[in-house]
Amino acid sequence: MSFTNLIRVAIRAILSNKSRTLLSTLGIIIGVAAVIIMMSIGQGSKESIRQEISKMGSNVITIRPGADMRGGVRQDPSAMQTLKMSDYESMLSGLKYVQHVSPEVTQAGQVVNGNNNTTTTIYGEAPEYMTIKLWTVQEGDCFTDEDVCKNAKVCVIGKTVADELFPGGQNPIGRSIRFKNIPFRVVGVLKSKGYNNWGMDQDNLIIAPYTTVMKRIAAQTYFSSISVSALSEEVSEKAIEELTALLRANHKIKEGMDDDFTIRSQQEIMETMSSTMDTVTLILVVAAAFSLLVAGIGIMNIMLVSVTERTKEIGLRMSVGARGRDISRQFLFESIIISLSGGLIGIGVGYLGSWAAQLMMLPASVPLWSVLLSFGVCACIGLIFGYVPARKAALMDPIEALRYE
Amino acid sequence: MSAMERKVVIELDNVKRDFRVGSETVHALRGVSFKIYEGEFVTIMGTSGSGKSTLLNQLGCLDTPTSGEYYLDGIPVRNMKRSQRAVLRNRKIGFVFQNYNLLAKTTAVENVELPLMYNTTYSAKQRREAAVKALNAVGLGDRLEHKSNQMSGGQMQRVAIARALVNNPAVILADEATGNLDTRTSFEMLVLFQKLHREGRTIIFVTHNPEIAQYSSRNIMLRDGKIREDVENNNILSAEEALAALPKPQDD
Ligand SMILES: Nc1ncnc2c1ncn2[C@@H]1O[C@H](COP(=O)(O)OP(=O)(O)OP(=O)(O)O)[C@@H](O)[C@H]1O
Ligand SMILES: [Mg+2]
Repeated sequence: MSFTNLIRVAIRAILSNKSRTLLSTLGIIIGVAAVIIMMSIGQGSKESIRQEISKMGSNVITIRPGADMRGGVRQDPSAMQTLKMSDYESMLSGLKYVQHVSPEVTQAGQVVNGNNNTTTTIYGEAPEYMTIKLWTVQEGDCFTDEDVCKNAKVCVIGKTVADELFPGGQNPIGRSIRFKNIPFRVVGVLKSKGYNNWGMDQDNLIIAPYTTVMKRIAAQTYFSSISVSALSEEVSEKAIEELTALLRANHKIKEGMDDDFTIRSQQEIMETMSSTMDTVTLILVVAAAFSLLVAGIGIMNIMLVSVTERTKEIGLRMSVGARGRDISRQFLFESIIISLSGGLIGIGVGYLGSWAAQLMMLPASVPLWSVLLSFGVCACIGLIFGYVPARKAALMDPIEALRYE
Repeated sequence: MSAMERKVVIELDNVKRDFRVGSETVHALRGVSFKIYEGEFVTIMGTSGSGKSTLLNQLGCLDTPTSGEYYLDGIPVRNMKRSQRAVLRNRKIGFVFQNYNLLAKTTAVENVELPLMYNTTYSAKQRREAAVKALNAVGLGDRLEHKSNQMSGGQMQRVAIARALVNNPAVILADEATGNLDTRTSFEMLVLFQKLHREGRTIIFVTHNPEIAQYSSRNIMLRDGKIREDVENNNILSAEEALAALPKPQDD
């Protein structure tokens, strides 16, 4: 039988039992929709992480004290004190791929203005920090290199801190606030960055000269990290190599010994997070795939019933010249069409679901390959689970089949 | 016309068919030999269980002999594969069944087209043309698009006969084709079969009804899996006349 006739016969058989077909496709519809929605949320999250990170500067490189902790080995506290002033100073000149450098000292604590107070983190930084992390000062100005030299008690505050300490639209510029009882003069207010992907308020911070924070608040001579911006995202790797060589030389680390610092590019962080997202997505997709398996068994069941019910028709078709393979193709086409149409509806429902997820402010975007994959998987389900019923039909004895009541 | 000049459509050479039922063997056909020539209208009769259907299944290539050989249009069938026999049925055989066996919810034309669906040398247009021609031949030219469940028994059997004609077969095989029909409709069918016979078709008609033998050209009697009697009928009655002589249907 020709291809078009096979399809026509299959569609007719399917339409002659609409409600049953619909019920047997329900499993496929739900399974495929679930897969599409999972994948769209997975993909959407990855995209929004990428956007988030590029907002924080995609060429940013972060140097932290201590060896790479990914192995999970506990470290000596002294290992956390390896980033020194001399390291910072040596980075300021002579590096080819490095653009800006800012050392960092942080402290969490309470900040007070009269009756208003809030808990925040103070970041001791160089003025370059603004450029590295793409901060914009909305009102006032950033502190200067001179302020750094003089350990000036000046600061720039984030939008959240400004709102908490200066309610009712007061102008914070020039006002004095106290962090751990040290008074700071507010010289600027940062433009809001809002919440990041992990629900963290990026505007709840104070940025002050690192010298001031080191001496007056943290009382330490080492940095908690150093932020560097590479000339561009593309040369991040080269910049990391340069910085590694420099720091190993500074710290006199012999060949074959481990670094006593860790350098990560924003890209790497992004990749780590993406791969975490991938794992989560994979687990969800596997769960949804199991529902497809169950749906496939449902289709097989319906097809077996259908083959038995149509024994007489099979006998007739054989008596007028249908070969076993004509009969098996007829039923295979039927199960594939059932499964594919379920898949198509499922893809539609998946799109709707992903759209609903967007309405609920979840990042979601349906990847095209997940649509193609679902389509392929459905075709396979139809083929695999249609095989047994189709074979059963093809192997029927025409005489027995004709006699069947 | 002497028997030597006529073309042999069917030749059975000592065909036996045994069925194993548990530990016993049922000898349904115990060595049947005959030739059927082109253009014959043969009735096969015999008591229930005498092996008529078993014989017809052999002739229709639905089954193969346990021993002996069967030549259909000169082609030996016994050692053919299932799929080869399917193709042979498609090209050489037309079946008419007692219970019509039409596809449900399917129009007359589509039912008649069915055998040609399994013959890829036909295009959709040729298929339809052949089906319409066959339906015209059985007097259903005005019922092309009627569905099988909208027709009377007689009409359904006409569609089934059209389906048996559509592939222009070497032989038409009918098993109790009038078994489900009333006397009048049975005679209508006989009129149709006689018309096909006149047009030169070869027909083998299995029946319980001895009366029907009078309208065919040859009669084979089976008993216990063997041929009891094989006689030519030189005085073929006209089914048309018999139909006209039947009392008119009463309106009540
Ligand atoms: N598939 C089978 N398995 C076992 N025995 C069979 C089978 N088919 C037929 N027989 C046996 O073969 C014999 C002939 O059966 P067949 O159906 O040919 O008779 P028949 O002449 O057509 O009878 P009827 O007039 O009742 O239709 C019977 O004894 C029957 O029981
Ligand atoms: Mg019988």
